[in-house]
Amino acid sequence: MNILHTVNKSPFERTSLDSCLKFAAPGAAVLLIEDGVYAALRDTGAAARVKDALKTVKIYALGPDLKARGFAEGHLIPGIGVLDYAGFVDLAAASAKVQAWL
Amino acid sequence: MSEIVKKILYLNRKAPYGTIYAWESLEVVLISAAFDQVVSLMFMDDGVYQLVKGQDPSGIGMKNFSSTYRTLGDYEVKNVYVDRDSLAARGLTADNLVQIAWEDVDTGEEMENIVTVIDASRGCELMAEADVVFSF
Repeated sequence: MNILHTVNKSPFERTSLDSCLKFAAPGAAVLLIEDGVYAALRDTGAAARVKDALKTVKIYALGPDLKARGFAEGHLIPGIGVLDYAGFVDLAAASAKVQAWL
Repeated sequence: MSEIVKKILYLNRKAPYGTIYAWESLEVVLISAAFDQVVSLMFMDDGVYQLVKGQDPSGIGMKNFSSTYRTLGDYEVKNVYVDRDSLAARGLTADNLVQIAWEDVDTGEEMENIVTVIDASRGCELMAEADVVFSF
């Protein structure tokens, strides 16, 4: 079982995402929540790093947090999955542990 | 009319919802505008996300205050500026942002949209012109 990493900070304001991606092992899952979902959007200054990470880890964004901020699945970098709260729980349950990057 | 009228610039640099800064800023903006101060707003860095249209925080149990930005013109706020570089770094353009209409009830003067995208040089001038800058 792999680790589920959660990132809840904007990639433009904190280094949480960069540190997470640096330490996430191949096969790990990264779930972007709260202000972390901005990292899932296309054409941003963080998109190249996220696309690169998609080669080795699975990346998800929490749907309600995207919707709150005015964005939807169509705005995302291809390959990023959208989860609802039940999906978050399933992913956490299927992972060995959850590691939060605050 | 207050005896002292100041030019107040609100500098908004935080994304909405993740922290309380955006909402608090909006509350103070509305209060100062109600006291007949000359109020301008500038959005930069993650603050530009405050103006993204189509926000719906019902799914995260938070109040949708984004619609309040569109009423700022009714509070005699006439100047809303957005930093061009901050939009570009986030893959956004003015088309992604809400529009804020403005009307002077006394003269009937109208503006369809007071949201203006500006360069850093203009932002620098606006900060110099302000009597006070409030940061959120």
